[in-house]
Amino acid sequence: MNAYNFAYLDEQTKRMIRRAILKGVAVPGYQVPFASREMPMPYGWGTGGVQVTAACLVPEDRLKVIDQGADDTTNAVSIRKFFQKTAQVAVTEKTGEATIIQTRHRIPEQAMTEDQILVYQVPIPEPLRFLEPSEVETRKMHALEDYGLMHVKLYEDIARHGEIATAYAYPVKVEGRYVMDPSPIPKFDNPKLESSALQLFGAGREQRIYAVPPYTRVVSLDFEDHPFDPSKAPHPCALCGAEDSYLDEVITDDAGSRMFVCSDTDYCASRREDAA
Amino acid sequence: MTTPQLDGGFANLSHDAAHAFRAALQAMARPGRIEMLALARPPAPCSQAAGALILTLCDSTTPLYLAPSHDQPGLREWITFHTSAPIVRPEAAMFALGTWDALSPVDRFAIGTSAYPDRAATLIVEMTSLATKGASLRGPGIKDRAQLSLPEIAAFQDNRRRFPLGFDCYFTCGDRLAGLPRGAIVEG
Amino acid sequence: MYVAVKGGERAIDNAHAWLAEERRGDLGVAEMSIAQIREQLALAVARVMAEGSLYDPDLAALAIKQARGDLIEAVFLIRAYRTTLPRFGASLPVETDKMACDRRISATFKDLPGGQILGPTFDYTHRLLDFALAAEGLAPAPAPQAAAAPDRLPHVTDFLAREDLIQPEADGSATPRDLTREPLDFPADRPLRLQALTRGDEGFVLSMAYSTQRGYGRNHPFVGELRIGRVDVEMDIPELGFAIELGEVVLTECETVNQFMGSKTEPPQFTRGYGLVFGQSERKAISMALVDRAMRWEELGEDNVGAPAQDQEFVLYHSDNVQATGFLEHIKLPHYVDFQSELELIRRLRAEAAASQTQEAAE
Repeated sequence: MNAYNFAYLDEQTKRMIRRAILKGVAVPGYQVPFASREMPMPYGWGTGGVQVTAACLVPEDRLKVIDQGADDTTNAVSIRKFFQKTAQVAVTEKTGEATIIQTRHRIPEQAMTEDQILVYQVPIPEPLRFLEPSEVETRKMHALEDYGLMHVKLYEDIARHGEIATAYAYPVKVEGRYVMDPSPIPKFDNPKLESSALQLFGAGREQRIYAVPPYTRVVSLDFEDHPFDPSKAPHPCALCGAEDSYLDEVITDDAGSRMFVCSDTDYCASRREDAA
Repeated sequence: MTTPQLDGGFANLSHDAAHAFRAALQAMARPGRIEMLALARPPAPCSQAAGALILTLCDSTTPLYLAPSHDQPGLREWITFHTSAPIVRPEAAMFALGTWDALSPVDRFAIGTSAYPDRAATLIVEMTSLATKGASLRGPGIKDRAQLSLPEIAAFQDNRRRFPLGFDCYFTCGDRLAGLPRGAIVEG
Repeated sequence: MYVAVKGGERAIDNAHAWLAEERRGDLGVAEMSIAQIREQLALAVARVMAEGSLYDPDLAALAIKQARGDLIEAVFLIRAYRTTLPRFGASLPVETDKMACDRRISATFKDLPGGQILGPTFDYTHRLLDFALAAEGLAPAPAPQAAAAPDRLPHVTDFLAREDLIQPEADGSATPRDLTREPLDFPADRPLRLQALTRGDEGFVLSMAYSTQRGYGRNHPFVGELRIGRVDVEMDIPELGFAIELGEVVLTECETVNQFMGSKTEPPQFTRGYGLVFGQSERKAISMALVDRAMRWEELGEDNVGAPAQDQEFVLYHSDNVQATGFLEHIKLPHYVDFQSELELIRRLRAEAAASQTQEAAE
């Protein structure tokens, strides 16, 4: 594997990605176009996150990769292996021990610290895309800070369903300026977007990078009479008893019996270790 | 390798660039925090930190402006040899290097467009001292408040008023590095 | 007691081992060589080179073998390899006037200087399965030889240009932007659009072109000329002060001649669509020319009738099969966290709906 450069990407590509990351940090929530490269894994499987992680990694890093909150899901395993091979970095499953965490669809339950970087894999970075398919038009809306379309959509949800019918990839406003897609995390995770860690978002196929610097204001869109509600299943975890964590529903037999367990496997395991 | 303009690059290209970028990233993400960056040895008058930034971020696709304080043959050759960055006038620059006085007036630099605010310049401002005291900072990247010894106040307040447009700054002094994104709210 | 599924790593290794076995198939059947694929599946090789944006028949053949004949997977392998290659420079534009043509036909003139050269085409084969091919070891009878075509075959559109009947295309000296090195933004200029089309999925570009023929942005195309053959690739070497030949590539070029009644800005004249593709790939080259022409509506002052092929964002964002297949297939990755949040939302909305119905019934 030494035929490849440190962290796979060539230096020129990393410079290009690094410049985009810095501009993303300078304009929180704004999607910076970047010349995403073809990676040796398919588009839609984390190529954006992988490129951002590759551009940020130093040899001393300790990397954690999660998918659906779990370290042992196959795509997380595959990406972790990729960086072990191409960057020879140490890896961990412990949230607290990681210096960089690449994630798909979750924010770890354990609060992130100043020394950590959280890298999100993003499928569709444009929060307005499902309301307006044209990139030319949505770019205009961001430029003019014209988010009327989004408010109309949320309002129609309330009129029809009595609540905002968006359960994940719930749009947020960053530092009072850009409406941003937080990637398809459950809305339960939205409050954790205000963090002491640096958060970077990579969308490979769509060629966008964006960022939320530490301590940046991130507000989930809502209305005064219908405030944002980061709800989750009303159960404790069947394994560790946690009442504050996001739960997966697992079907346990043919009769459809089910149980609820933490989606964050490290959080669940360390709680059980502590209890033991 | 005894020609001065060829020396002083990164000893280990990919690892040094990775470390330098990480410092640059943390500096821009946390205004008021000072990072140490001593991986490059550029010719005078360029600081180690500024030299490392240029090696990490510049290449043939990034036009660079050298302010009069830094427009010297040795440094020019060093930058050209190591990065191939074209040396340009301030208006066309993606990066600019110099002392604050030499870079001024800073309203010459690209601030991006409303559709593409990322198409804005990054200024690398060489300082005679750099410390976490002086101007008071608020905004993204800052828990409550931070302090940084800025060369002036008004220019950064003007810059903030144009947000999301504006230039972004690094301040360098020897092996010390700090960042100030356009969104930082600067108070005296 | 429930235990979360573990062992992703072992499962992946086992899957790869099984894949390798399936790729080889029955060990009693001789293994295919790269040379066999290159020589005998040359049109598949051409497609992989075109959509992979890398001209290397041996690597394309290897990719086809590795991908078990899945051409999009093979294109992906080539793309991922291509992106790691260092770039030494750019070649000079190839001169298709000087193409050593294996095939050259025009639909707009019965005959023309240099003549019509039918070449190795399926066009007039009767599509009857040839069971003789099932018997191996038979070499085909040698095809009759003719004198080589002249060194320079003028383009059909040159004849129309002499009479000022066709819109002139300016010689661009500027280096076009590189779709694979810069993020796409809009409006995309014609060089970028052509880059996207030539590496676009053959099926997608074909369907877009077909839609224009059926009326969604109809642009009345004639195949002015279609030519297939070898061209030299040259590169300027500044140290030498002249260009040297790097090698040759097989290309398919199609220029369509399209009716155009004129607009506010342009007089009545013929206009062009252009297709240029690696390898022998005439379906793709013709399709590309039609879609290219459809996307030129704005510069020619034509109406946008809202046809998909006129919408450059639509075409350029959806023509790439490596992007498309990756994103399409990613939905088989675990999504149970998002699904869980949807599940809870639907349950809650249903419970609320049921409660309000019960209340209405009670009232």
